[in-house]
Amino acid sequence: MTREIGYLEALNEALLAEMARDESIVLIGENIRGGFRPEAMGIEEAFGANRIIDMPISEAAMTGIATGQALAGGRPVVHFQVSSLIFPAFDQLVNQAAKLPLMLGGQGHIAATYLVMGCGASGGRAGQHSDSPHAYLVHAGIKSVAPATPGDAKGLLISALREPDPVAVFVPAVAGAIRGPVEAAADPIPLGQGVVRRAGGDVTIVAVGQMVADALDVAEALAGEGIEALVWDPRSLLPLDRDGLAAAVAATGRVVLFDDTARTCGIAAELAATIAERCHGSLKAPLRRVTRADVTLPYSAPLEAEVLPGRGHLEAAVREVVAWVPGSSSVPG
Amino acid sequence: MIEDGNLDPTSGVALYRRMLRLRRFEERVVELLDANEIAAHAHEYVGQEAVAVGVSASLRADDVVTSTHRGHGHVLAKGADMAAMFAELMGRESGCNRGRGGSMHIADLSAGIYGANGIVGAGAPIACGAARRFRDSGQDRVAVPFFGDGAMNQGVLLESLNVAAIWRLPVVFVCENNLYAITSPISEMAAGELYERAAGFGLASEAVDGMDVLAVREAAERLIERARRGEGAGFLECRTYRFSGHFTAERGRDFGYRTAAEIEDWRRRDPLDVQARRLDGEEAWGTADRAAISAEVAAEVEAAVAQARAAPWPEPATARDHMYARTYPGLPAGPRG
Repeated sequence: MTREIGYLEALNEALLAEMARDESIVLIGENIRGGFRPEAMGIEEAFGANRIIDMPISEAAMTGIATGQALAGGRPVVHFQVSSLIFPAFDQLVNQAAKLPLMLGGQGHIAATYLVMGCGASGGRAGQHSDSPHAYLVHAGIKSVAPATPGDAKGLLISALREPDPVAVFVPAVAGAIRGPVEAAADPIPLGQGVVRRAGGDVTIVAVGQMVADALDVAEALAGEGIEALVWDPRSLLPLDRDGLAAAVAATGRVVLFDDTARTCGIAAELAATIAERCHGSLKAPLRRVTRADVTLPYSAPLEAEVLPGRGHLEAAVREVVAWVPGSSSVPG
Repeated sequence: MIEDGNLDPTSGVALYRRMLRLRRFEERVVELLDANEIAAHAHEYVGQEAVAVGVSASLRADDVVTSTHRGHGHVLAKGADMAAMFAELMGRESGCNRGRGGSMHIADLSAGIYGANGIVGAGAPIACGAARRFRDSGQDRVAVPFFGDGAMNQGVLLESLNVAAIWRLPVVFVCENNLYAITSPISEMAAGELYERAAGFGLASEAVDGMDVLAVREAAERLIERARRGEGAGFLECRTYRFSGHFTAERGRDFGYRTAAEIEDWRRRDPLDVQARRLDGEEAWGTADRAAISAEVAAEVEAAVAQARAAPWPEPATARDHMYARTYPGLPAGPRG
């Protein structure tokens, strides 16, 4: 049975279902009890105070505690209230959780989930509350998913909660406003499987995480002018569905990458490199990236709009790629 | 499994023997480094043996420790296999970590050793997490993070002290205050007394002579059993000294941060001598023969080295193994995809 529910409600359903199924799951976070967080509703009532742990404002300790819980047989879910809060915990994420499994030589594993809330901008939250930090953790080797829809949020979080390794789940800052169809059943969506969000034969838009909704809007608008865009959502950033990506690229031969992580060494950069290696023969035009500018996000609205990857930027890039013929400039216009 | 030969494991002689094992192990490690049989460098534990042995003597096999870059002593004292430790340092497949960790990352989860750690202070929250899991799942196990005086200035350690206090965790923090954070004297690096910081968080906190294995054991036992009974976390500052430099690369060089006289003063308090004198004075060696103990330990060390040397190197094709417990097509990627 499918219902229309909110993104945060979908996360909550995944947590409640998996915590009922697996009693080793514990949610740990700051300000996590008492209804402040929609995604954590009902957990204390259903499972007791030992399954939902309120932390002092100590992100590094919180993340290390999760590693210790995991090594001792627990399955912690670490809730970062804002994406930028992974940075105070960076040593524990990168040097500890990500590196320990290999360094232990297979003696144990770390089944930890990082629920990274508040990814990307949502208007005026400025430099320290608007990060899209996906690439940092992908670079560290932490399995990462960026669900764009409530249905994916539920299914991918369920998979993360069944994975024997650390997994980061990147949740958009605008998640509270996202609604969509969600299966009532607790069905996992496997890591490493992208999805075609919209079919189209003229150009392929690869949109990451919170950019998917905007990509679909732009694709609909362009359809009115006869440009049919295929929109492909990788959903999972590590592992990455390289075959799915290659197929989406081959379907049109013209590609625009739409991503809110940094332009330099961001997710789009990795996608572009993968396409360059695997899809040379199917490209009919140079690919284009629409990303966040390589600057700290400024506060003021007109400045914020200038540096975020917007619909206008995407639309312009799509038109350019669709119009490209041999002999055109390969430098972005 | 802690190796005591034929001795009563609760005896003072057994404590001496355990310290001797740590000493001889570390001395052999330095020789193997010089012979290029062990890579890079090692942070010698020589001089601090009373801490690892005194604390571990109060721990059960199923209790947990986290350790530091200077971790060989903690790991051996908690019960890791000596041959597997040598094999790890030599990068062999039979090493504790299958040759994937090396000196600063030796671990043996089956012996409750959650690992040496190359990042100062980083083991403290991991120990707290294990303790929280033990408590929440009704197990009466205790976690002990070992760390040095330098770690007392890491934010995550102070965060961990607070968490251990507010949650009344079965944790005993063991601070090995050897007076120097590499080359920086504690007098210039740390404000106040270290154990008083922990007391400020409400932990049961003590400072003890870290060169006296009995003093360490007695204090550790008090704090550990208290924590095990659910009466709250503890903190033990062990005042100790490393006889060698920060690491083996410092040998033969004098950076001038310690005087020869200071080192000599501390050497006169060598924890092995302190315990041997006590056993002499009390005529407590019993039927044990000090020379025989020394020969036994030397033989154990040589047998362990021989076993490690004979062990196979890891297969290069397995270099990406263990990064993930579950892999996917293309994950983890290799140098060419």
